[in-house]
Amino acid sequence: MARIIAGICSSHVPAIGAAIDNKRTEEPYWKRVFSGFEKSKEWMAKTKPDVVIGVYNDHASAFSVEIVPTFALGCAAEFPPADEGWGPRPVPTVKGHPELASHIAQSVILDEFDLTVINKMEVDHGLTVPMNLMFGSPSEWPCPVIPLAVNVVLYPPPTGNRCFNLGRAIRKAVESYPEDLRVVVFGTGGMSHQISGPRAGLINSKFDKAFLDNLSKDPKKLARIPHLEYMREAGAEGIEMVMWLIMRGALDDKVEEVYRFYTVPASNTAVGHIILENRGRAGASKSKRAAPRKTAARKAAPRKAKSAGRRRVAAARSKQDVRRG
Amino acid sequence: MPRAQKDYDDIPGTFVFDAERSRQGYGINMFCMSLMKDANRKAFKANEAEYLKQFKLTPEQAEAILKRDYNRMLELGGNIYFTAKLGATDGHSFQHLAANMTGATQEDYAKMMLGGGRSIEGNRSKSGADKRPAVKAKAKAKTTSKAKSKSKTRSKARK
Repeated sequence: MARIIAGICSSHVPAIGAAIDNKRTEEPYWKRVFSGFEKSKEWMAKTKPDVVIGVYNDHASAFSVEIVPTFALGCAAEFPPADEGWGPRPVPTVKGHPELASHIAQSVILDEFDLTVINKMEVDHGLTVPMNLMFGSPSEWPCPVIPLAVNVVLYPPPTGNRCFNLGRAIRKAVESYPEDLRVVVFGTGGMSHQISGPRAGLINSKFDKAFLDNLSKDPKKLARIPHLEYMREAGAEGIEMVMWLIMRGALDDKVEEVYRFYTVPASNTAVGHIILENRGRAGASKSKRAAPRKTAARKAAPRKAKSAGRRRVAAARSKQDVRRG
Repeated sequence: MPRAQKDYDDIPGTFVFDAERSRQGYGINMFCMSLMKDANRKAFKANEAEYLKQFKLTPEQAEAILKRDYNRMLELGGNIYFTAKLGATDGHSFQHLAANMTGATQEDYAKMMLGGGRSIEGNRSKSGADKRPAVKAKAKAKTTSKAKSKSKTRSKARK
């Protein structure tokens, strides 16, 4: 049986991609950004997921104004990098996982999420920049990646609550897939930024930090944030953060925050990043397939492990403070 | 038909790309999309006004494009991810565009970003209600002169 072991969130600023492509990562401005992902790359190298589900948004690359799907799941075998106006990024073609992807599509559609199945799609920086941040710049990506493109360009994007619930449906889909696969979900975009109009350049670190805190503490509170509040508080384009909630919905109710990073700015944007592991699956990052699979039992009695969970979260918190320091 | 007032119209210095703007700005965005191809970029640069004739644009939209008035393009239904392709065609960085839209020089804009970006304080609401709740009611009450609120927005956004 497949299972989701962890989720990460990361901004997907195009200028980060340009800095990588133009070999400017050692410049002080960019080093400040990239140094925050060194630990993440180590974590990823240890975790070695079998498949990644990459939640991102297209930026007028694959989708014009002609067709605007709210949720579009990439079921193809591969997704070439898109030409975003200055040639495709020099990154490897993203290899998909058509079997798991179409299984997810079927499962979530029957769960009443009417997503669009995409069998041919190019992917832009929205997906490939976070892949670089987590995997570095290998000649081939280390695992298949299923792209899930979410419309956050044409207002209104799906609500945070809808995104959170789609995450849950994805988790259910993954857990009903027979092959033994360890899956990591990426939520990308954000954090606070506005790149359009006279208010461009808006950053709201207070909002961002509260959002990062609540991702593990109180994600349901985040799922209730209305669009107006995202746009007002985190900038017109900060509304992208609804995509993080798909990742969060796909994880356990209780998670362990193992890493976080935040810096301002990268170009016009606040860069935020977090790694959350499903609780009780800490072994996942150390020894592959060491953690027992208890999903069925947990589903049947989701509240039983609560107090043990709290203790573990408290332990995790103190650990994480040291890591953050 | 005049644009119906939306709750998010109260956010200063912001043109939300909603269904109405998308419908209105279809031509602008399709024009920008065409610039993804090198041959089209060359044809546009060779004769801009002529090139624009193949798209359904109002005279105001065509003028905004020719003048590179990015805020006006957004107001008339352009979306930033699309209009950015026009900026790229002109060889400008995104920060150049952002600075242009805020009325700042690129240098000042870059400095502002390095200093932590534009503060949210004073930039939440056109109606001046710099508090999280209670902006909706005020926004509704304030459907007065559009031009007036706009100039207020800009000066605020420039701070």
